[in-house]
Amino acid sequence: MQSIILKTAVRYLMPLMLLFSVFVFLRGHNEPGGGFVGSLIAASAFVLYSIPYGPRAARELLQVDPRTLMGVGLLMVVVSGLISLFAGLPFLTGIWGEREYPVLHKLGTPLLFDTGVYLAVIGVTLLIIFELLNEWSERLPGQFEEEAN
Amino acid sequence: MVTASFLLPIVLSGFILAIVIGFVHQYLGKAIGWVVALLPLTIFVALATLIEPISQHQLVQQQIAWVPSLNINLTFFVDGLSLLLGLIVSGVGTLIMIYAGGYLGGDARIGRFYVTILVFMAAMLGVVLSNNILLLFIFWELTSISSYMLIGFNHESDYSRNSARQALLVTGSGGLAMLAGLILLGNIAGSWELSAIIGMETAVHASPLYVPTLILILAGAFTKSAQFPFHFWLPNAMAAPTPVSAYLHSATMVKAGIYLLARLHPVLGHSDLWFFSLTGFGIVTAVIGAYLSWQQTDLKRIMAYSTISALGTLTMLLGLGLEIAVEAAMLFLLVHSLYKGALFMTAGAIDHETGTRDLRKLGGMARLMPYTMVGVALAALSMSGLPPMLGFISKELMYEATLKLETGQVLITSLTVLTNVFMVAAAAIVLIVPFFGKVTEETAKPHHAAPLSMWLGPVILGALALFFGLTSTSDLVEGGLIGPALSAVYGHEEEAHLGLWHGITPYLQLSILTVTLGVGLFFVHQRLRSTANRVDGIVSRFGPERIYEVGLAGLLDFADWVTHLLQNGRLRYYILFVIGTFVVLVGGTLAFINAFESLDSFSRITIYEAVIAISIIIGAFTVTVAKSRLFAVAGLGVVGYGIALLFVLFSAPDLAMTQFSIETLTVILFVLVIFRLPRFETISDWGSRIRDGVIAALFGLVMMLLVLSSTAVPNATQITEFFAANSYELAKGRNVVNVILVDFRGADTMVEVAVLAVAALGVYGLIRSRTNRRD
Repeated sequence: MQSIILKTAVRYLMPLMLLFSVFVFLRGHNEPGGGFVGSLIAASAFVLYSIPYGPRAARELLQVDPRTLMGVGLLMVVVSGLISLFAGLPFLTGIWGEREYPVLHKLGTPLLFDTGVYLAVIGVTLLIIFELLNEWSERLPGQFEEEAN
Repeated sequence: MVTASFLLPIVLSGFILAIVIGFVHQYLGKAIGWVVALLPLTIFVALATLIEPISQHQLVQQQIAWVPSLNINLTFFVDGLSLLLGLIVSGVGTLIMIYAGGYLGGDARIGRFYVTILVFMAAMLGVVLSNNILLLFIFWELTSISSYMLIGFNHESDYSRNSARQALLVTGSGGLAMLAGLILLGNIAGSWELSAIIGMETAVHASPLYVPTLILILAGAFTKSAQFPFHFWLPNAMAAPTPVSAYLHSATMVKAGIYLLARLHPVLGHSDLWFFSLTGFGIVTAVIGAYLSWQQTDLKRIMAYSTISALGTLTMLLGLGLEIAVEAAMLFLLVHSLYKGALFMTAGAIDHETGTRDLRKLGGMARLMPYTMVGVALAALSMSGLPPMLGFISKELMYEATLKLETGQVLITSLTVLTNVFMVAAAAIVLIVPFFGKVTEETAKPHHAAPLSMWLGPVILGALALFFGLTSTSDLVEGGLIGPALSAVYGHEEEAHLGLWHGITPYLQLSILTVTLGVGLFFVHQRLRSTANRVDGIVSRFGPERIYEVGLAGLLDFADWVTHLLQNGRLRYYILFVIGTFVVLVGGTLAFINAFESLDSFSRITIYEAVIAISIIIGAFTVTVAKSRLFAVAGLGVVGYGIALLFVLFSAPDLAMTQFSIETLTVILFVLVIFRLPRFETISDWGSRIRDGVIAALFGLVMMLLVLSSTAVPNATQITEFFAANSYELAKGRNVVNVILVDFRGADTMVEVAVLAVAALGVYGLIRSRTNRRD
């Protein structure tokens, strides 16, 4: 879509949306939010970017293949469950550290678990949407300006 | 009770070598058979050291915890029965590994062959050494799977593939029935350890589940050991390379069913049902197998049918319930493994040297294969039951057992004699026609003699049949092998009594009669063959194999029909089926358990809720009458955002946030696919619209009732209270929803994310395949 307004707005909106996504993700343990919603917001940010700039530019901005995100996310989920297994507890038992950190509060395997969900869902959403956008841009040439900037 | 720490390594080493050989087989060249044979040889020696303690009625065992929560433990034990079979598996295994090196020498697929046959050997050792019945089942199925791969070794041939599938389906479905039977048995006995179950005869017999348990276990044993009417897979399994036929389909795997029957004889045996089913199926199998064997022209098929007959005889003997019959069964088990292994290897050697196994084209092989001839002669004499071979003693015992019967003595004895007459004829055919018959076109050509690796096996096995026959009263045969096996199967400490000469007894007279009739049949067999073949051709049209084929074809047709009905390519029918099933099953259940009784207290409806609910209804209605796709999507959006607002009203901010994000992304997705969709038009008539409307309304009604009745369940608030109280205590989070997602019900989330990922890959594949097709 050749829209100067959208193009300019996206460049300011996108970082804000990504920040908001991380914020929603991190506050999820105590306040409304969490990995799933956070990931949808992050995915929306990339989709918004790809509407004026095209899917190829958005993918370059993301830098990793959505499939890799999916795989890494699933791996983190499984690993977070295995940690307790090695500690002699049932699979997926939450294990927490003792120290308080700023922002993150206490570190524990549920954080790793939710991070995994966060990454995997971003991967799933973007894999589908990028692929559909690709097809779209092939069918309607000239819709996207293919340079990232 | 003695503990031996080498039982686990005995079972595992085969699997390990299978992996190793897969990588190094090309460096071993022609020596591969001799190298691989070192493993079964070592196992054989290790097991042989147990003959001494076991002949003093000791039990050797080893225990390792594996999956204790599922009662699956790596427990192994050896008694007389396990030892006898373990020695056969490893001993014959040694000779087969050497033999296969010669038989398949130069074949590019030799690595694959050794990998599979080693897996089989390890699994078979696992079957006979397992103490845990679930562990036994795992190994049991592994033998079926490795047998499947070995029968289908020539995977480019249709016949091989069909035979492999047939064997797997027959033995596999029997195996499933057996699993159910074993679970019943374990529950009745309260233990999964065979050594404990064996002593529970009275408890098991008294259980009301005794009959189903026995029938299910027999289904497993009968299919595995090719009892009539499940016998037909075994002759077809001859599509496998001959080393496989010699090893799996005569000496070892098909004996697994016999092993299971013998193993459970103390606990399941001694009942009328046991007697009639084993004796009945056994004797019918024995007669049919033997009758079909002598009239074949393919050497391997003669052997296959006579194997079926031998398995039937073993089953029959185990069914009789007499001590002498069990003794005969154990001895015949050993005898059969020795002679049949030798005969199969000979058939393979003949095939390998001349290129044919057809009796009508063979003759005069004695001068070409002098060593092989010695082996096959000894084996055939043992099969015919002539003194001083071990086969003679086992046949004497067989007759002694059937003559001791109180019911059906005459019938069973005469059928056993008939079986043995056919077997004598078959043995004579296998020995005399190819080796001493007239030299034919095929055998006249100059042939190189079979290499050492290919005649060693027949000669050793044949020689053992002679040696054991001569030394049958020794500590080794009587006291070390047969006696302990008899004790294990019969359940008390017993001693075997063997011997070549007992004076002029009724059994000796029966033996003489058998041999005379058998030799007579040999002289006329060529004349009778064509008539017999013609009769079989007519009978086999109604035989069990035909039933299998019709059944399989019917199953495939049915699957085809169901697939076309359900997967017809029209999305609206898929949704119709899914929702219709839901309405029937869930609505039916709700009505059945009468879940509507407690629906009496509703909270007051506020004005906001009413407004939102009405907008949702209007939105949904708009979708059904929309004239354009964009309009329909807008209607759906109203529904989605309305629900999100409801979440806000009922203080579920997490759900609301998620719903909003999902709605937004859905709109984007819709915009992206709108170009791909066909033109928006009305394709359904009024009839189908009314049908869909009714189903949709029913679905909504069932959903509503489901939600209402599940929240009205007494004590439903306990769950909420538990999560609210423990969320911070146990999971250190104040957001209960998220704590449930990542911690309390983390396993659900994990699987859901995995499902999402699989779905995404599916979508990706679909879009990619369309893009590629266009290019």
